Amino acid sequence: MNRNQWQPSAEILTLRERAKMLAAVRAFFAEHGVMEVDTHCLSQAAVSDPFIDSLEVVFSTHPGAEEQRYYLQSSPEYAMKRLLAADSGPIYQLAKAFRNGEVGRQHNPEFTMLEWYRPRFSLEQLMDEVQALVTVLLGLQHWERLSYRDLFKRFVGVDPHQASIEELQALLEPHFECPFSDERKDTWLELVMSYLIEPKLIEPVLVFDFPASQAALAEVVEDGQGVQVAARFELYAGGMELANGYQELRDPAEQAKRLEADDKVRDSLGLPRRPLETRLVSALESGIPACAGVALGFDRLLMVKVGASNLKEVIPFGFERC
Amino acid sequence: MGNVSSGQFKTGMKVMIDGDPCNMVEVEFVKPGKGQAFTRVRLRNLMTGRIWERTFKSNESAETADVMDRDMEYLYSDGEMWHFMEPSTFEQYAADEKAVADCSQWLKEGDKVMITLFNDNPIAVTPPNFVELEVTETDPGLKGDTAQGGSKPATLSTGAVVRVPLFINQGEVLKIDTRTGEYVSRA
Repeated sequence: MNRNQWQPSAEILTLRERAKMLAAVRAFFAEHGVMEVDTHCLSQAAVSDPFIDSLEVVFSTHPGAEEQRYYLQSSPEYAMKRLLAADSGPIYQLAKAFRNGEVGRQHNPEFTMLEWYRPRFSLEQLMDEVQALVTVLLGLQHWERLSYRDLFKRFVGVDPHQASIEELQALLEPHFECPFSDERKDTWLELVMSYLIEPKLIEPVLVFDFPASQAALAEVVEDGQGVQVAARFELYAGGMELANGYQELRDPAEQAKRLEADDKVRDSLGLPRRPLETRLVSALESGIPACAGVALGFDRLLMVKVGASNLKEVIPFGFERC
Repeated sequence: MGNVSSGQFKTGMKVMIDGDPCNMVEVEFVKPGKGQAFTRVRLRNLMTGRIWERTFKSNESAETADVMDRDMEYLYSDGEMWHFMEPSTFEQYAADEKAVADCSQWLKEGDKVMITLFNDNPIAVTPPNFVELEVTETDPGLKGDTAQGGSKPATLSTGAVVRVPLFINQGEVLKIDTRTGEYVSRA
């Protein structure tokens, strides 16, 4: 701890913008009949995603008593879906989310996520709503919607569903040395996306039809060309990934399968296994309405709004000052 | 020397890459919302000066390089090597032409410079941002022309040639910015 670092990492003027934006989000959802919820940060289950590391917390009934392990939630997704299965109707949350190890210009281990779920919404309807909200908050114009395939074709000239790992490596080679092997094609797609495409997406773009292998908790469907794609979209603006939306997976068996598949990947990468959210599977078994949901990085949205280049400029105290 | 994992990389860290010591000029954490994390590093090879971008996976590590910067005093050149002394220990180091490189034109005996040592051998010499050097040769100064217009070449005591204002005379001592090689003012 550095005694001299007592001051906030954000300007007070920026925090005023932040307060205004929080109020605008609440006004938007009140107007659209979406209920605010605030689910727990501590959970007995951790996220299954092998590439998200949950922070561990120790709970005990009194100091010195037996310790029970809890996990800080990396997203409110599991809890909110349990509410949906309990007939909550449309809900949103301005959640604190926690991810171990994630510190950088666009990352803080603790951040604010705006997540919402819309029963009976199609992915298109949810994209419309994301666009409407972000337009209200940031006033961005010139919106575009592109499939993942068309995005890659436009910016790097390859079809991501057909391209081989070698082709993707060849795209990166002239700019970035990546001297490792990786048999996961997604690794290379993600690198091309992060390095060659994302920084160029200054105007808002909604990207949809992601590779099925990047489905996470989205349904998998067939696109117009007979390729299996994830019913998932992302919003990019200001050269950053801002939001990630799904047509939510509702099949409990498939959900259980994906949790287990994540654990297998964890094993293969030598990552720890952690308690899986089996209550989500139970919730899906009891029935969850067809719905679309999206998570939007609130802090990054504010970065675009005020033109910040580092996330710590838009939160009161960045990681090194917390 | 130990290993450092990519998650702990920081700007200014020195590591061994393909056998050469390299400086981390910029370190960026890269992580898509769904997907794995990488550390993207802008590196400068301290032996060759090459700058490039390299990506490390989150479970990779690099060997730290025994590189350190030390303030030393420039003593003299024997024509082949440049000799420096650590003022506190009086320890002397000799740097070759490759290490001294462009810096030689700013080296005045007795001046403080920064020496980069790799395994205790000088691999780079960095002059102070500003040096004060005497003009040994230039066209005669133009009287009265102190404000504006024109410049002329002047040779300094170290052999460096810089553009100076027309009013500067031989024998004057000038302040030079070594980063740009430009005249700043009379010293």
